[in-house]
Amino acid sequence: MSQSDTHLFGEYSNDAVKHLVHQRHSRAKLARAIFRTATLLAVIFLATLLVTVLNKSMGYVVIQNKVDPATISDQPITQLTNAELAEILRTNLRKNRVRTLERAGFLEDQPHSTLVQLVQAEIIQPEVVESYNLMPSLLHRNQITAGAAVEHPGAHVEFRYWLNGQFLSNTMASQPELAGVRSALFGSLYLIVITVAVAFPIGVGAAIYLEEYASHNSRINRLIQTNIDNLAGVPSIVYGILGLALFVRTLQPLTSGAVFGIEGQNGRTILSAGLTMALLVLPILIINAQEAIRSVPDSLRQASYGVGATRWQTIWYHVLPNALPGILTGTILAVSRAIGETAPLIVVGASTFITSDPTSPFSSFTALPIQIYNWTTRPQPAFQHIAAAAILVLLVALLSLNAAAILLRNRFAKQV
Amino acid sequence: MENTSRITTRRMQSVWKKNVSDNLQKKTRPTEAIIQAFLFFCGVVSVLTTIGIVFELGKEAWLFFGNPDISVIEFLTGTEWQPKIGNFGVLPLLSSTLITSLIAMVVALPIGIATAIFLSEYATPKTRTILKPILEILAGVPTVVYGYFALTFMTPLLRSLFGNNTVDVYNMASAGLVMGIMILPLISSMSEDALSAVPRSLREAAYALGATKLETAVQIVFPAALSGIIAAFIIGISRAVGETMIVAVAAGSGPNFTFNPFEAAETMTGYIARISGGDLSYNTPDYNSIFAIGLLLFLVTLGLNFLSRAVSGRFREVYE
Repeated sequence: MSQSDTHLFGEYSNDAVKHLVHQRHSRAKLARAIFRTATLLAVIFLATLLVTVLNKSMGYVVIQNKVDPATISDQPITQLTNAELAEILRTNLRKNRVRTLERAGFLEDQPHSTLVQLVQAEIIQPEVVESYNLMPSLLHRNQITAGAAVEHPGAHVEFRYWLNGQFLSNTMASQPELAGVRSALFGSLYLIVITVAVAFPIGVGAAIYLEEYASHNSRINRLIQTNIDNLAGVPSIVYGILGLALFVRTLQPLTSGAVFGIEGQNGRTILSAGLTMALLVLPILIINAQEAIRSVPDSLRQASYGVGATRWQTIWYHVLPNALPGILTGTILAVSRAIGETAPLIVVGASTFITSDPTSPFSSFTALPIQIYNWTTRPQPAFQHIAAAAILVLLVALLSLNAAAILLRNRFAKQV
Repeated sequence: MENTSRITTRRMQSVWKKNVSDNLQKKTRPTEAIIQAFLFFCGVVSVLTTIGIVFELGKEAWLFFGNPDISVIEFLTGTEWQPKIGNFGVLPLLSSTLITSLIAMVVALPIGIATAIFLSEYATPKTRTILKPILEILAGVPTVVYGYFALTFMTPLLRSLFGNNTVDVYNMASAGLVMGIMILPLISSMSEDALSAVPRSLREAAYALGATKLETAVQIVFPAALSGIIAAFIIGISRAVGETMIVAVAAGSGPNFTFNPFEAAETMTGYIARISGGDLSYNTPDYNSIFAIGLLLFLVTLGLNFLSRAVSGRFREVYE
């Protein structure tokens, strides 16, 4: 028996074979560990990214008030009545300012929260003189308070969530503690609406043409298909340059609203940006819609033709309703691409400092990623905190969009 | 009774036949024709986009090179890019683009391929359902967020590792490394598709010969999927070359002809973003120069995309 075993592996002895096999298996185990570590790295990268943003988005701040609240009133100002707050405003503000404020009605009649805000912003005027990330805030709390007491006498230390209600409702401001993302959010929303309104019909139309009408061998259709695949790989900034030349400059009468009687605008409007973005997401939309249409079983089409429906009737009543969840999923993916794109907006000419919400497609605009870019590149550290807060807003928007896409996909998968 | 019904049926048939030939077969359907024309137009929009890109970039680039101070040769070989004093050599911008892309690929390629092998050969279905969404999220993070990450995490990390004197506040290494993280999901998902497409029978044959999982993956499956992996690599380069926000935030502004990754140097995309960020007036050399660089960028990425498709088409192993 043992003799035949040795013969089985030729010149190798039993032990040598065992050794060799052992060697190969341990090599395989090592490689497995390496592959697993590499995969874990991707997870670690994502976690580090999120932790970095969260770390910057909250922490202790040292706040120096221009006027000490104690000199205004004995009680905390939030506990004062409307009458007392109005009295404070009258004594501390200039007469002209009070008159402007009272244009809408007596100060006493305005909501309590508005009065508190006015006292805060116009009299106390808190300013963040020092800010800390979350990690040091948790680990070195005592040092921070001690250091603040020495360096900024009269200042107080508080824990601040940079992403708060005020941040969402304020417009852009030159001071980081007062700046907010409202106009940027509206800008992004407007942009998405225009992008989808333009890209969705064209994208779905192109997909229907390519899948249902075009014969796959004809030269022009192959050209269109190759072209779409290539467009998907063109860098986004090149679309921005196209938008600058085509929509901002050449079509200025249209995109500035001059054709519609709107004066005083150049072509750097939401409309230009929306059209540029529509061109950018079009290939993604077409490719996804094509896949959705292709997955509709042929038997449905044949049944429809069998009862005498025309081609368009078949598409409209049978193919499209069945492909719709897939098309919508693709559209959501396209939107989530558009919402985070920054480079084309910079080239097309988004403004970075705008304090009013966009009112029409012909407004100049800012958008969420533009604000993030702008704040990130400012040297003052406090701007990095609000950039982190804006990133959180953007990521939450993206995650909810993707969750919606996944839900749609799952529902669709169950149906078929 | 039976007779009349047969006659009625026959009459109906003949009427129906007549109607079919008169009303259906020869009937022109204007609505359908209009719809079809509209759909065709939708398909053509994408072609028009390409033509628009080539035309607009070409036109302005033509104006740029039409300037008597600027020659194509000087543009492609000059090592100084200072439009203010009339130096238009694109090499500083090109070299920093290459360096950041190279660093990105050094990060993304090995990790991406290892991840792809793990996901397609080792991972259980349950692990895959957890890991794939994570990679998708990584792929979906906006590039400006990666730029923020580079500036607030990677740059301080590099500076604390190598010293503040060696590493500039803005540097190509930080931008390149983070770009690698950004491209990683692209490489891993494209490579995984290529690996999964290799038929099971090949793996089974290898196992039957006594090969370990590693030997099967590296010596059998990987070579069979090589064309797809190379295609992923090329697409990754193309993405890195065209990436704007990370380099605009973290790689620094101001062209700098250097091969030291710890120095600040502006890339082609970074230059376009910086120049067009201000209020740019038309028909200035600055304005035209972004089109010339844009055209170069477009041609490079287009070439890479074509190359990628050619590779995956030509060298693909076909299994029944």
